[in-house]
Formats: sequence, C-alpha cells, structure tokens
Amino acid sequence: MAKRIDVKDLDIYYGSFRAVEGVTMSIEPRSITALIGPSGCGKSTFLRSLNRMHEVIPGARVSGSVLLDGQDLYGAGIDPVSVRRHVGMVFQRPNPFPTMSIYENVVAGMRLNGGRGVRKAEMDGIVEGALQGANLWNEVKDRLDRPGSSLSGGQQQRLCIARAIAVKPDVLLMDEPCSALDPISTLAIEDLMDQLKKDYTIVIVTHNMQQAARVSDRTGFFNIAGTGKPGKLIEMDETSTMFSTPSVQATEDYISGRFG
Amino acid sequence: MTTTTTPTALTSSEVGLNQGRLPRWSTPATIVAVVVLGALATLVLDAPVPLVVGLGVLALLVTLPALAWVVEGRRRANDRMWTVLVTLAFALALLPLLSLVITVTQNGLARFDWDFLTTDMRGVLGEGGGALHAIVGTLIITGLATVISVPIGIMTAVYLVEYGRGRLARAITLLVDVMTGIPSIVAGLFAFALFAIFFGPSVRFGIGGAVALSVLMIPVVVRSVEEMLKLVPNELREASYALGVSQWRTIVRVVLPTAAAGIATGVTLAIARVIGETAPLLIITGSTNILNTDPTDGRMSSLPIFTYYSYTIPGVPPEFGVERAWAAALTLFLIVMLLNLVARVVSRIFGSPTSR
Repeated sequence: MAKRIDVKDLDIYYGSFRAVEGVTMSIEPRSITALIGPSGCGKSTFLRSLNRMHEVIPGARVSGSVLLDGQDLYGAGIDPVSVRRHVGMVFQRPNPFPTMSIYENVVAGMRLNGGRGVRKAEMDGIVEGALQGANLWNEVKDRLDRPGSSLSGGQQQRLCIARAIAVKPDVLLMDEPCSALDPISTLAIEDLMDQLKKDYTIVIVTHNMQQAARVSDRTGFFNIAGTGKPGKLIEMDETSTMFSTPSVQATEDYISGRFG
Repeated sequence: MTTTTTPTALTSSEVGLNQGRLPRWSTPATIVAVVVLGALATLVLDAPVPLVVGLGVLALLVTLPALAWVVEGRRRANDRMWTVLVTLAFALALLPLLSLVITVTQNGLARFDWDFLTTDMRGVLGEGGGALHAIVGTLIITGLATVISVPIGIMTAVYLVEYGRGRLARAITLLVDVMTGIPSIVAGLFAFALFAIFFGPSVRFGIGGAVALSVLMIPVVVRSVEEMLKLVPNELREASYALGVSQWRTIVRVVLPTAAAGIATGVTLAIARVIGETAPLLIITGSTNILNTDPTDGRMSSLPIFTYYSYTIPGVPPEFGVERAWAAALTLFLIVMLLNLVARVVSRIFGSPTSR
C-alpha cells in the first residue's frame, strides 16, 4: 500500500501531437499531490498516464518513464490492465455501474476480475470496509441492494471512491472529483481524502485553487505556451510555498487570478 | 449627475408581451364544425365521401391557422398549421394499422379455436383441420434463425463498436448496409443454392429456411445492437478499466448488461421482421400438410406459407380454406404481439439491478 511515484522526462503523444512535454516529478507516498493549471494544459492527460488510462484513446503513447516504487509502468512486459489494479482512479463525473446495486458496485472490481471464489462473508467484510473507508457506510448500510444510481451525486462519488479502494490499490488518482458536486458534498470528499492519505498515495487534478490549497501537501502547476503547444510542468513545490511565494511568475499570475 | 424619469405605465401593446389568445375550445370547435359541415354535405348534397374528407382536411388546414393568424399572430399560426399537419400524418399512419387489426381479428376469430391450434391438415379436404404443423414450423424455423443470427449479430456489433478501426470495420459496416437491402427472395435463393450443392436440387428442410431468414435477420440485429452499444456511456467503460478490468470482461460484464434492455428490444424487432417472411421459405423449406418437427429432414410448413396456400388454393368448397387463412394470419399476429410483450418483460428484468 501507498507507493511513491517517480516520473522522469515524460512526453505524452496523441498520434503525432505532443500533448505533454518533459515532465519530471516525484510523488511522495501517504500524501496528497494536487495538479493545477488552465484547461487543456495536459494535467488530466498526465494524470491518466499514471495508470495508463490515456491508452484507451487510440494512438496515445508516451516516452520517458513512470516508476512505481522503482518499477517502470511502461517497461516491457507490463500489462496496462494490471497497472490499473495498483493505481486506481476516480473520475470527474460520478459513474457507478447502472445495472448494479450499491453492494455490487463496491465489489465490482473483484467480481469483474473473476473473483468467484471469494466467500460471501469475506465479500461482506470488504464491502463494509470500503464503504466505511469512503464515509458512506452509515448512509447506505440499510439499502445495499438498491441501485447505485439511486444515491445523490455526492454519495455516488463516494461510492465510486469506495469501489476504487475496495481493490486495495497503491495509488488513487482523482480527476476533478468534486467539480460536479455541491459545496457540502465537496467538503465530505475533501475530509475523506484527508483520511485516505493515511493509507494511499493520492494525486488530484483540480480547477479549484482553494481546494488545492486546502487538501494538498504538494502542488504542481501545469501550463501551455499556446494552442497546439505541449503542456509543461512549470513548477512543483510544497503547497504552502506554491501559494505564498512561488518561484515562477506564471504560477503567481495563475494563482492570483492574473492569468492570460 | 443623473436625471431620474418617473416610469410611466406602458400599455400592453407597447410592451408587446401580451398577445391575443384563442380560447381553448377553438380547436375542438373548429373540428366539430368541419365534421358537421362535411356530414351535411354528404347527407344533403349527396357529395362523394372522399371528396368531402379531402375538403374537410383542407378546411381544417386553412381555418385554424387563419384564425390564429388574425388573433394570435404569425408564430402561433405557423404552430397551429404544423400541429394539424403532424396530427394528420399520425392519423394517416395509424389508419392502416387499425384497419389491419380489425380486419384480421374479425375474419380470423371464426376459426381461431382449440381445434385449429392442435391439429394439422392431414387428410383434411373441406371443413376442420388446423395449423399446428404451420405454427410449430414457424416457431422452429424462426427459433433456429434467432439462434444463428443473435450471436453473430451481437458479436459483429461488439467488434464494430468496441474494437473495429480502419478498413476492416468500414468494409463490414458497408456489407451490413448492403445486407439490409437484400430482397428476401434472394436470401431464399442463396440458401437453396448453398444447400443444393450438398444435397441436390430437390433439397427442402427447415434449417435451410433458418439460414435464409438469418441472412435477413443478421443485419437488423447488428444495426440495432450497434446503436445500443454506442449509447453506453464511455465513462462506464473507463470506470471498469480503472478497476483493472480487461477490455473483454468490461464488454461482457459492464457494456452488454447496460445495453441489455435495448438489445432485447432490437432482437425482438428483428424476429418480428423475419417471422412473417414467405418468399424464402417457399423456396427452401417448401410446404406440407402434416406436422414435421425435425428441421434437418423434409419439408416444413410455416404460418405465412400456410396462409398463402390456404387462400390461393382453398379447396372445395373454398370458404373453409379462406377461414383457415384468416385464422393463421391472426395466429401470426398474436405471436408477434406476444414476442413484443416478452421483450418488454425481458428488458424490465435486465434494466434493474438484482441483488444476490
């Protein structure tokens, strides 16, 4: 659980288009790392490259390396499917499986991977653990057989987090997890992230600078020079430093709202 | 330095928000007036009915928008005109259907009895007899066609939506489009030509008919399943991939169940499309008067062909054959209705999550 990630000289391409250029960063275990930057600057693409989710788009490829506790995710013979079992992901919009109940959604990772041999009692334990880990247990324990889509948006997002942690990943990637939620649900998710960081390495992409300042330990700022140019990591530092005395002018402009 | 002007009350015409409105009863009143005028014209002036109906429709099309134009303005007049047109189009489409249902039911009920459903035509010349052999034949042949078409159709659609890129996928899409346009008699000739190679020119059997129907059914299944799979949000696929689930398992366990309701409907429509096919079966399965439950051997009857022969060669006296033809048509009709009901139930079951 909770491994460190070291990214070295990572370039990400869609076909011949270079979307992200030359990213080098270290992500500490048991911490929250926030990625901020304007739309289209490649931070989501970069996040997806950390569990090879960007490969869903045909023609996507990378050069450089992403080391998970020293093991290169892009090394020869590495199966992207097994990478994603170690590096889980939560998406912008809550996306519980509509054909499954709350219970089935949580164990989806095991069931879909062919976990037929798991005993019912063990499965129940995993469901309770994951839902408690996602701060959702008390709200849904009496209606586990209801469809996942019957929950509110914020609850659905916590269900998705429960689903992601039920497979016990090493790293949790969150792609703007609160942008479709109201402030109260956002607060619930932020509290949850604070608890989860005890056990997981968390990387979050956010457009909400207050959120980055509130929850993260370290912050990375991405930017692009212009349309059609690749996105770059401008600077990365402790969150408190980034938001008080950033070393690059562009970061200060963006954070203080003088961007563009 | 600002000058304040006291706001003066504006009249409604100045603001332009308030416009005249026709009273709610104006539409039904116009229709009633037109109908009454039409009835009077028919009864008193002895005008021909088609002419009266045509004039009535025209009158509606002119008076309602004209009234609206005067009272409510141009946009509402336009709205009224299109409302009338769309309603007329709907009625025009519904009319043949209603007429069909009523005619088939009226004529078919005379012989639609237990005897009809449980006996075949062995040794029957005049009265009596039934369509058991035809019902069983239709169910077997259509069932086999479904068994052949649905897996091929679903797998083709899965390939096209989930995997297909480039030339091969485009070629398959084109071929499916071409297949959609194949005349049914050509499908029958294809099956006949295919099996005549192996079994000689006198070949007649049920599986051949099923193959012919599959040629017609597969493109319909592919098309409908393709549309349903495209409706499954990409976010669900991504959610599954992010849990470390392989693409194949994602398709089988997430994508297909999510689309199941739509797929069930699509398959039912495809079955309904082929269950009434006459021409291909005429060529490759032939026709018989006795019950044959073995699709691998010998001629089989089917409801469309039974209907056709009962009507064209009704025997002497003819009324019994014609009655059987109508009853067979009603049976076919009821089977298709039943299929639609089953599809609804199936999609209801697949549509909601079940807890185990």
